[in-house]
Amino acid sequence: MTVVLSDITSFRKDFPIFQAENKGKPFVYLDTANSAQKPKQVVDAMSDFALHAYANIHRGVYTHSSDASQKYEAVREQVRQFIHAASVEEIIFTSGTTESINLVAACMGGAHWQAGDEVILSEMEHHANIVPWFFLKEKIGVVLKVVPITGSGELNMEAYRELFTSRTKMVAVTHASNVLGTVNPIKEIVAIAHQHGALVLVDGAQAVSHKKVDVQALGCDFYAFSAHKLYGPTGVGVLYAKRQYLEKMPPYQGGGSMIESVSFSKITYAKGPQKFEAGTRNIIGVIGLSAAISYMQSIGISHIADYEDHLLQQLEHKLRLVPGVKIIGNPKSKVSVLSFVCEGMHPHDIGTVLDHEGVAVRVGHHCAMPLMERLQVPATVRVSLGLYNTKEDIDALITGLWVAKRILG
Amino acid sequence: MSLRELYQEMIVDHGKQPRNFGLLPEATHCEMGYNPLCGDKITLYLVTNNGVIESVRFEGVGCAISVASASLMTESIKGKSLGEVETLFQAFHALLTEGAERDDAVLGKLAIFAGVAEFPIRVKCATLAWHTLKAALSK
Repeated sequence: MTVVLSDITSFRKDFPIFQAENKGKPFVYLDTANSAQKPKQVVDAMSDFALHAYANIHRGVYTHSSDASQKYEAVREQVRQFIHAASVEEIIFTSGTTESINLVAACMGGAHWQAGDEVILSEMEHHANIVPWFFLKEKIGVVLKVVPITGSGELNMEAYRELFTSRTKMVAVTHASNVLGTVNPIKEIVAIAHQHGALVLVDGAQAVSHKKVDVQALGCDFYAFSAHKLYGPTGVGVLYAKRQYLEKMPPYQGGGSMIESVSFSKITYAKGPQKFEAGTRNIIGVIGLSAAISYMQSIGISHIADYEDHLLQQLEHKLRLVPGVKIIGNPKSKVSVLSFVCEGMHPHDIGTVLDHEGVAVRVGHHCAMPLMERLQVPATVRVSLGLYNTKEDIDALITGLWVAKRILG
Repeated sequence: MSLRELYQEMIVDHGKQPRNFGLLPEATHCEMGYNPLCGDKITLYLVTNNGVIESVRFEGVGCAISVASASLMTESIKGKSLGEVETLFQAFHALLTEGAERDDAVLGKLAIFAGVAEFPIRVKCATLAWHTLKAALSK
């Protein structure tokens, strides 16, 4: 299905939240990088399944259960195609990006690394890609090394190359920055890491909704993302793990479904992704993830990306015309996420005024305190775009900023 | 609730030009306060003598509400006894978190923060300095 650029705003009607007013004004949602709004198609798919086709999976001999199991496993194949993994076995359903990263840190690092082994992170990581590795520092003495960013908000690749030693086990890096929007050169990062025998985990939370992801082309060993930033439900996400590491990693949690056989003297574990899916999973959430992927693909991910890019350019242009506004970073490649500060006004105050004007943005440290430290700002205002945003949304933001200047200036 | 009721001129003024701002080397009490949600940070310095706050200063970064609240707090507590400060704390806290009637006789200038109660997410900004004060005095 081909959609021309101007057509994409017609999809806004799929999101009922925009039909209601917000403080007497249209609801202007510029916080999609935090969590995307949900189209009716996603909620309907979950509701239909829960109301008419629900049963637990991998447990019953009855038809409802086997049908539900088939649906659930079909989503695994859909996700495999979505990120172009080599095998459906490499797709593990988790509760989200955070759990995906924790799983790798615990099952690769926690199980196999020694004191003095090293992990390379970057200054632009979300706390979700810092804290799980910090646990390993505390628990077993793993050393954390950090790739600095340049003034334009990109990774300093020269410095990155210098960080490797014979002890480097893992590079854990974001695909796209949740604060600056910067898209990192993952292929190059992976090639360098693999030359040194290190693995690469990519935090894809901010990337999957904006660009076509091909994990085989990227070459990464692990890729993590969440459904809720993809117009899907909260509480479900994916970990892609190269097949050879499924064997190498011990189970993450113990419980039902992740075993082959259990006795009080010996337990054997399930093979493949099931080994990491203990207990009753978020089955309804997985159905929602499926609908979200289908929804995005029906519009076309590259069309969404082109449209968002077009809006982002308008946003940058209009923001630069507001006196005192300073956009942070100027990376060559970015997704539709932008941070700024404004002279004489604290982001928190700007956020309150914008909210009053019906405009939702995120203000604060965006779960990236080390990056705030590096940028030497206590907080920023972050604007992030989704497929439902319009140029009127951007105009409302700019108007709101002028109101803020009048009140706070 | 209009934004002007939240961002009253006195609040914007104290937010931009905080009074009693800076270090107090002779402080008898020093305490740091931090609001991780928005990154507001405050360091409060006090000199107490015979149960009276003789001098008070603060440093830090934060939004207009938190800086103005710290600034107006320092003006309100200077020269007051610890008992009077406790009464002020209780009244201020009740105004913002319990929907108490504003008691201008007790609160004085601090009553202008009444509007903050309508913005629950900002209440912590206004109370940060006061919680820091409480922590400083409890040591």
